Amino acid sequence: MTLLLLLAVLDGLAYAALVFMVAVGLTLVFGVLRVLNVAHGSFFAIGAYVAATLGTAAAATAAAPVLALPVLLIAAILVGGVLGPLVEKLLLSRIYVKDHVLQLLVTFALFMILEDVQKLIWGVQPIFQDAAVKALGPVEVGDIVYTRYQLFLLPGVAATTLVGLMWFLRRTLTGRVIVAVTQDREAATAMGIDAQRVYLLTFTFGTMLAALGGALASPTSSLVPGVGVNMIVLSFAVVATAGLGQIEGAALTALLIGLGRSVAVYFAPEFEVVIPYIIMVLVLLVRPYGIFGSPELRRV
Amino acid sequence: MSALLSAKGLKIAFGGVKAADGIDLDIAEREFVAIIGPNGAGKTTFINMTTGYLRPQAGSITFDGTDITGLPPRQIVRRGIARSFQIPQLFTEHTVIENVALKVAAHRGFWHAFRPLLDRETTAATMAILDQFGLRSVAEARATELNEGTRKLTDIAMAMALEPRLLLMDEPTSGVASAEKFGIMDTLVAALRARGVTAVFVEHDMEVVERYADRVAVWSQGKILASGPPAVVLNDPAVLREVIGVEVKHAAGATPGSGDAHA
Amino acid sequence: MMGRSLTLPTLLGVALLIGLAASAPWLKFVFTIALAKGLAVLGILLLLRAGQVSFGHALYVAVGAYTVAFARPTVGDVLLLLPLAVGAATIVGLLVGLFVARYRDIFFGMLNLAFSMVFYSLLEKLYAYTRGTDGIRVIPPTIAGLAFERVSYEWVMLGLSLALAVGLGFLARIFLASPLGQALPAIKARETRLEFAGISAKRVLLVSYVASAALAGLGGGIIAMTTLHVTPLLAYWTHSGELVFIAILGGGGAVLGPFLGAAVFELVRVYAAAAFPDAWQMILGAVLLGIILFASRGLWGIYEDLTTRRAARP
Repeated sequence: MTLLLLLAVLDGLAYAALVFMVAVGLTLVFGVLRVLNVAHGSFFAIGAYVAATLGTAAAATAAAPVLALPVLLIAAILVGGVLGPLVEKLLLSRIYVKDHVLQLLVTFALFMILEDVQKLIWGVQPIFQDAAVKALGPVEVGDIVYTRYQLFLLPGVAATTLVGLMWFLRRTLTGRVIVAVTQDREAATAMGIDAQRVYLLTFTFGTMLAALGGALASPTSSLVPGVGVNMIVLSFAVVATAGLGQIEGAALTALLIGLGRSVAVYFAPEFEVVIPYIIMVLVLLVRPYGIFGSPELRRV
Repeated sequence: MSALLSAKGLKIAFGGVKAADGIDLDIAEREFVAIIGPNGAGKTTFINMTTGYLRPQAGSITFDGTDITGLPPRQIVRRGIARSFQIPQLFTEHTVIENVALKVAAHRGFWHAFRPLLDRETTAATMAILDQFGLRSVAEARATELNEGTRKLTDIAMAMALEPRLLLMDEPTSGVASAEKFGIMDTLVAALRARGVTAVFVEHDMEVVERYADRVAVWSQGKILASGPPAVVLNDPAVLREVIGVEVKHAAGATPGSGDAHA
Repeated sequence: MMGRSLTLPTLLGVALLIGLAASAPWLKFVFTIALAKGLAVLGILLLLRAGQVSFGHALYVAVGAYTVAFARPTVGDVLLLLPLAVGAATIVGLLVGLFVARYRDIFFGMLNLAFSMVFYSLLEKLYAYTRGTDGIRVIPPTIAGLAFERVSYEWVMLGLSLALAVGLGFLARIFLASPLGQALPAIKARETRLEFAGISAKRVLLVSYVASAALAGLGGGIIAMTTLHVTPLLAYWTHSGELVFIAILGGGGAVLGPFLGAAVFELVRVYAAAAFPDAWQMILGAVLLGIILFASRGLWGIYEDLTTRRAARP
């Protein structure tokens, strides 16, 4: 029982770290662009697939163990760097002035397209590449043998992302500019800030975060069609529970939902998928705009 | 005699700015009260608090003897307080007649799923209001096609469709061409008087104020600085200095009731 | 608001549909499914009127379909099964609606998606009741107490769906002209104005939401009795996406749009989904983008433009 609970907590932490990576990108992009990108989950999935492909290619080389981890980051940068600007320039820049329904529909359409792009490139058979997990090896926690990858690397990357992002937004000039655009687009533009560029940068960065989440997730489970939709729905639950646009809040609710889910995996497996949404619904019933959200944020 | 609307000790602040800092204001039945004051003084905040859009941080608002402080807008409307907006908020996907008819239906019986909005009864009631506001000719125009003056009138006609006892208007003549403003106010005031409606209006145009208000309340820095007949208040040196400023001093200097517009 | 007369296009559509179904027997099945989806899309249309889009209405299709599957062993007749399907979807719609009607735009769309995905996973995981991904077979029910052999059954189901589509389409048209229906675009334009008129926008939306759930449940019931097999896939997001797609394809302008969109959609799907099974969603997505960016009034809009131009000619 305690063993299971410990296992659940460890799993929950690792899972929360992954969900956070995706959710923080979603909430950041929403905060700046005011567009909720339904295709964000696809970036997660594509990041995972690309990482697995690169991982398999790297595993065939002589430098295999050394490359296993950097490959994940490369995959994320590649996916974010290519898809991010492409989508922002070709698609999103056309719809900033349209109403919310159309924005949602456009990103939903993109999501439909990207789901099949994955199927066309990587097929529907499960793909599994865990070189990165093996490269770090196991670790003993009490009586449990766990992977260093999940125990240290995943939470470590998530924590670094959170701290780094907060530092970036609060202390650097570019960060301040992004915050300024978030708070008042017109005023920021009047000050000479190039809002278009801020959008492009933010969206690309958000896409990289989702892809990194996917890349980091790829060594821990097999990839099948549908990982993208599960992740967008789950990260939306995290973001909604925290309040749209809330970055630290997303970290907290990712933990809450990650732990809730992994406890369910061990103790009530039928309800694994339901738990995160029960948490979300309960929170939203008490606080309609999320734990840290405010009505103004939602109204915009 | 007891007031129709009575505000006591209203306080509200946004950030550090005190929009209302102990406001006492009574409005008598059938009175026409203009609220004037510098921009950002909190005049619109008064309308927002009275209609339930904002909740005062202290103080109370009583309407017809019952406390309505902090009630949601929907319940306040049902008690007989309606408002119009500085920027008319029409339903952009509807025509003028549909806009007003929605309000008529809202007042008379809205929860019908299978009876047309513009049934005979609602259409008749709606047309009566449109006639009173001189809007019959634009009844079929879409809300987006109207000029500002007509939009203002439509907005107020919509508020009147709720058959309120008290109407709160936020700058009924702002954005209206100056050639049109008296025409609009004449139409408006005649319609209000015909229906025995009490009215409060926030206004910047002193010509409009002195011509149509029974009483002027001067709102400055969250307080009521002065209150009384336009002829008195608009010539009060303190008011002129503190609130109205140079630009409109000129208009205020006109003989009250002469009605002639100064350019 | 009633706009142009729909009598002629409706009659033409019905005649065309019956004629095609008579000449190519396999079309009976396709059209019945199209009409069932059209009913669900009619519900989506009510929400679109209020500027809201639900990415989870497959939930109610699945509720309707599974209600039929669960009830079939004890209830034998279509005329009882359909009301049951509608009733179940209405109840679920009311419960979920009480929650989601508080939200707009992003939250509305995504919360609906979340609810439908939860239901999907429950259908998949609660194997003891739902038989998981295997799904449940539905024995053909009787219709008004009469047992039909296969071809007649298909004809009667098609006729029933057609009658329901025409009847409910007509009812939806009346609804859209009523104060409640007219308040929907008001939610889209300026919701606070409704509040200042003493009307709860949330309640207006809830009414439409429950109606849309009931329509989707009815569609789901028809689907279950036509395909005679229900699986969790009915609740999957791709299915919800299809409904939204059809609504946009058909165009939000008139109550015929959903049925026109659904018929075109199902006909194309028969060929396209077979030819490109792994690119079907991609094609849908691309067409959806095309419509949104270039022809926002959908097929019905194109039809209106064509007929209007012809009428204007000397």
